[in-house]
Amino acid sequence: MKYVDEFREKKLISNLADQIKRSASGEYTFMEVCGGHTAAIHRFGIPSLLPHGIKLISGPGCPVCVTSTEYIDRLIALSFTRGVAVATFGDLMRVPGTESSLSEARAGGADVRVVLSAYEALEIARSHHDLNVVFPAIGFETTAPGTAVTVLKAAGEGTENFFVLNAHKVMPPAMEEIIRAGTHIDGFICPGHVSVITGSSAFEFIPRNYGLACVITGFEPTDLLSAILMLIKQINNHAPCVEIQYKRAVTPAGNIVAQKFMNEVFEPCDSDWRGLGVIPSSGLTLRERLKNFDAGTAFIIEVPRNEPDPFCICGEILRGVSIPDECALFAKACTPVHPVGACMVSDEGACNTFFKYHTHD
Amino acid sequence: MTEKISLSHGGGGRQTHDLIQGVFTKRFGMDDPMTDSAILTVPSSKIAFTTDSYVIDPIFFPGGNIGKLAICGTVNDLAVSGADPKYIAAAFIIEEGFDTGDLEKIAFSMADQAEAAGVKIVTGDTKVVEKGQCDGLFITTTGIGILRDEYADIGSGIRVKPGDRLIINGSSGNHAVTILASRRNLTFDTPLISDCAALNHLIRKILDNSGEVHFMRDLTRGGLASVLNELAAMTGCGITVEENSVPVDEPVRGLCEILGFDPLAMANEGKVLVVADHAEADKILNIMRSFPEGKDASIIGTVTGERPGRVVLNSSTGGTRFLDMPSGIQLPRIC
Repeated sequence: MKYVDEFREKKLISNLADQIKRSASGEYTFMEVCGGHTAAIHRFGIPSLLPHGIKLISGPGCPVCVTSTEYIDRLIALSFTRGVAVATFGDLMRVPGTESSLSEARAGGADVRVVLSAYEALEIARSHHDLNVVFPAIGFETTAPGTAVTVLKAAGEGTENFFVLNAHKVMPPAMEEIIRAGTHIDGFICPGHVSVITGSSAFEFIPRNYGLACVITGFEPTDLLSAILMLIKQINNHAPCVEIQYKRAVTPAGNIVAQKFMNEVFEPCDSDWRGLGVIPSSGLTLRERLKNFDAGTAFIIEVPRNEPDPFCICGEILRGVSIPDECALFAKACTPVHPVGACMVSDEGACNTFFKYHTHD
Repeated sequence: MTEKISLSHGGGGRQTHDLIQGVFTKRFGMDDPMTDSAILTVPSSKIAFTTDSYVIDPIFFPGGNIGKLAICGTVNDLAVSGADPKYIAAAFIIEEGFDTGDLEKIAFSMADQAEAAGVKIVTGDTKVVEKGQCDGLFITTTGIGILRDEYADIGSGIRVKPGDRLIINGSSGNHAVTILASRRNLTFDTPLISDCAALNHLIRKILDNSGEVHFMRDLTRGGLASVLNELAAMTGCGITVEENSVPVDEPVRGLCEILGFDPLAMANEGKVLVVADHAEADKILNIMRSFPEGKDASIIGTVTGERPGRVVLNSSTGGTRFLDMPSGIQLPRIC
């Protein structure tokens, strides 16, 4: 397949793996921030190609995993509200709330539909005037522009039965929080799709303020191995900076048009990250003039505050402090079929990926 | 006959009779007068007996429809059990308002497919439910096949041993991806077509020509990944699969890349995994390739004595990883 096969060529891959082996001296810990990277790394068996001294740890970049339980509870409550349909990305369906998931809510009679985009949710609203359609707006800079354009479209055409329950987040403040929390990291494999929108400039503060190496990369095995090699060289040369390996998609300035749409629709707010807590200016909230699209204010949603499972260590895993099989629940009480924590639910979650490709030997 | 199915078609009176006569019995070559049971003659040996319900959405899809699927699915379940499919019972649950012309098309393709597979639809049932009580049309087919005694344990995996080869009759994931694309109106330059097909002739020829088939299973829901994991678990052997050897069509790969699905975990409706002695693998491969539904057949891996109960994938990139049992659903109602 064009644009895929050339990045999966076996010879190129073994060549890169050899270069990494030759360049690496000692121990290196790299965090891949993005859940898509976590999934690709394990799907392609990248760890089996690396020398033992190189440790890859997963970060907080799976949108499903960092979404709070309370948010899921609110969505479930909304889905049972008369005249409301929740039109969601499929990944959210099985995420456990306090007592159930959207999938279970649907089985219990709630109107929950799977869509591939915010725009598809708007289309449902347009063709069902008697229905209030709520789109769970989750994800980082990658999905936020799609929500922004859809909200502007709905505003432009005067659609009154389309809403978003907004939990969009931005990535750089979370990375800074992880560094400040003291997680040992030598360098970041910076997110690819987020960077398409933000540009590489969004990560410049990391080498400048914290002296850590950064490489923005794509999702193919040659991308990932090239990025690891570039990180090793930055560290060996004591020259941390932000490098773009994913040049076919990422520029220093990013996607200016998408940034403009995001700015027009959202403003920064503090946001609650599962595992990391509230991080200042790490979320996006709808601007005042578009608040009529906010499901959080349009509907009265009351959910009780509940404590998460005390044994679940999703928080530590999302901070890179622990790895999945250090959790007492992992592969026992918590499996992809019966997930306890969010990291086990999403295909991009660290625990789910670890379970699928490495464990229960 | 009216153009839409109404509740009176399920009332048991004249309209029910007309519907059954007009749409089903003649087309299926059933005996008249209708009786409460079909009376069958079977040789005095073991029979294989199976049933399956079909609730697919959309009802018509590229490469088939719910009727063709209902025949092929049951024929394949019998064939992979080592049986020659003979008789099928078909039960229909029809939603009020369903288009009669569509029902005729479905009945026609069932008749067509049954004839091609050499099975007879001998009995059936029709119920009509109120609008909203089912989604268009649900079909349940139940099949009987005459078992070849020597293959009575073919589905148990007890014959499988290290060194055996794994052979499939073509590309993985076409059915599930076609259904997904039809539901979402996703189009590609290369058209996606479901692999829905009856495999009994292909399987029969393999069994007629090789005494060393150790296991067979059709690769429906859960796909190849699911069947390989079941096989590893039931035999206690390890399984090694070469990712490069598993055929996956370009549009299927493309859509799976975009949506984050694994083509190896996607459902098929015309694919069989055959596990056979390594000495017979090439012969079986060539037999498969002599059929249109096996033209892309491939030897995809080996049964091993290592890592008992696990499926190891040698990825096309040179890395290795486990191929795990898929969990949850990748798509609702694909078969």
